[in-house]
Amino acid sequence: MLKIENLNFAYNKNKPVLNNISFEVEKGRLCGLFGPNGCGKTTLFKCCLRFLRFENGSVNINGDDIKGKSVKEIAKLMSYVPQEHKPSFPYLVRDVVLMGRTPHLKGIFGTSKDDKKIAKEALKLVGIKQLAEIPYNQLSGGQRQLVIIARAVAQKSKVMFLDEPTSALDFSNQIRVWKLLRNIAALGSTVVACTHDPNHVIWFCDDVVVMGNGGLVAVGSPQEIISEPTLDKIYEKVCSVESIKKTKVVYPREFSKIDKKNRKKLESDTSHVANTEGEY
Amino acid sequence: MHFRHLTKKSEKENILFDERRKIFIILFLLFLLFITFIIALVQGVYEISFFDVYHTFFNHLNPYGDPNNINKLYDVIIWEIRLPRILVSLAVGISLAIAGAVYQGCFRNPLVEPYILGVESGAAFGAALAIVIPTFFLSLQVAAFTFGILAVFGAYLLARVRGETPIIMLILAGVIIGSIFAAFVSILKYIATDAALREIVFWLMGGFYYSTWQDVILILPTVFVCFLLLWFFSWKLNILSMGDEEAQTLGVNPEYYKILFIVIATLITAISVSSVGIIAWVGLMMPHAARMLLGPDHRYMLPAAAIMGGIYLIICDTLARTLTSGEIPVGILTSIIGAPYLMYLIRTKGKGSFVG
Repeated sequence: MLKIENLNFAYNKNKPVLNNISFEVEKGRLCGLFGPNGCGKTTLFKCCLRFLRFENGSVNINGDDIKGKSVKEIAKLMSYVPQEHKPSFPYLVRDVVLMGRTPHLKGIFGTSKDDKKIAKEALKLVGIKQLAEIPYNQLSGGQRQLVIIARAVAQKSKVMFLDEPTSALDFSNQIRVWKLLRNIAALGSTVVACTHDPNHVIWFCDDVVVMGNGGLVAVGSPQEIISEPTLDKIYEKVCSVESIKKTKVVYPREFSKIDKKNRKKLESDTSHVANTEGEY
Repeated sequence: MHFRHLTKKSEKENILFDERRKIFIILFLLFLLFITFIIALVQGVYEISFFDVYHTFFNHLNPYGDPNNINKLYDVIIWEIRLPRILVSLAVGISLAIAGAVYQGCFRNPLVEPYILGVESGAAFGAALAIVIPTFFLSLQVAAFTFGILAVFGAYLLARVRGETPIIMLILAGVIIGSIFAAFVSILKYIATDAALREIVFWLMGGFYYSTWQDVILILPTVFVCFLLLWFFSWKLNILSMGDEEAQTLGVNPEYYKILFIVIATLITAISVSSVGIIAWVGLMMPHAARMLLGPDHRYMLPAAAIMGGIYLIICDTLARTLTSGEIPVGILTSIIGAPYLMYLIRTKGKGSFVG
């Protein structure tokens, strides 16, 4: 499990990015990290992964402080799926997934049969076994995202961090990835994914951490936390929340002011709305 | 029974990670290298028949052989001229090819060649200095080597910001240092006498004319040991080529391993350049050829690039000493043969083989 206590970080001294961040995520749970652009979600990830050195606070995994651990030890505890992976040389998908085994390699030179077996299981779990022999830079963005997730699965770390795993995917692939993350969590890891879509948090996450500018806004179960008061704290009067078919849905507030008679009119107006947004 | 079932299953599972094709290709390349070596030893301006060449060769190797049994002239030509040249071309070919592969992997850029950090400009300056002011230095090689290493060290210091060396800074620093030393070489050319100028130009084009057993003993073992080291760490090079942050999350410290790889690659490049001058294209082309043949996995690509580099330089040098009655600087041949070959690879294999 992951436990973050009183984490503080600033790129420059006068402007703190992270202010006393504390929260816990239990083993086997999928936690959504939710917040507006520039609130420090990625910075928080980078602090946890030790890309950035934070001054105060601590990050614990299974009661183990990560401070002072070697790069290799940290890689055994945490895996990371970046928001955007810039493809390097045309490695085969299977080799990229096998790279996830690196922190566990015993010898210096090669990967063992067990490593290959684990990589293959990761390919199966993510459902991209049929892509194994294809160079990964020939894949589409969504497929490549799945490859990097499979790599993180093969790493078999305690905690998996994903930075906006669904931002570049189509709707069906977004749902597929969230379901996959639920499966990965169910297998016993702690999964933390940051996202911009409150609906994804409500539909798929076990826990949610809401961040505003510089600090925590709320922590808890998505059904309770993702509500109009919370959303108003981070986005000013933009969202409404309504229950549909036993779940909640977040939608633009201006829609709620319109009754059913005017809905047709609105639909004809949406082209106008889209236009102004584009200009903006 | 249960156990048997398991082994059967694991055999099946490994089919996914089958690398037998790659191993076969590498063995085939080794065989090609062997053939190239045998043919190259027979070729030369002074014609000696195949039988006489190997009669002399094995007689010399045999400690109980009778020295009177062999032609003295043949012995000198084969043992003192051809063999050291071939072995030095082999070593230089290996070192430039693997240095190129390592630099390309570290910098995540397929256009990088071993000279990117300014080794060659530094070495050229050292060599030119030794030619223009012969009393100043111990030897041309030592001067070239010293300044080659100095140039890379300077580029590294220039690129280091707050304990990190970003790739883009390193390449920029290499370009800056390279152009400074190139300007120094121009100054030396400008003030040099005609004879010295001619020698500088000749050195810059590269060649194996002066290769002796001394060079072989210096270069071949060094290159071999460095190759083994790099091969040993080749999986880490795969990881490093995914980018610094990802390498770190995969448990490979990018700063530490980047330094390790760059130091070894620079060392072998500097040794090669200082003993044979600047030979273009091998370091850029061989890694590409190996990657197209075997894929980018450095565990297989590195030995393949090494063998192909060796074959290529032996062929080029053999042509350089046999095509005309004089000598053609080998740097000219590597470019003339190499450029169309790479063009062919790009046109036939397509864009997918390069970075997407």
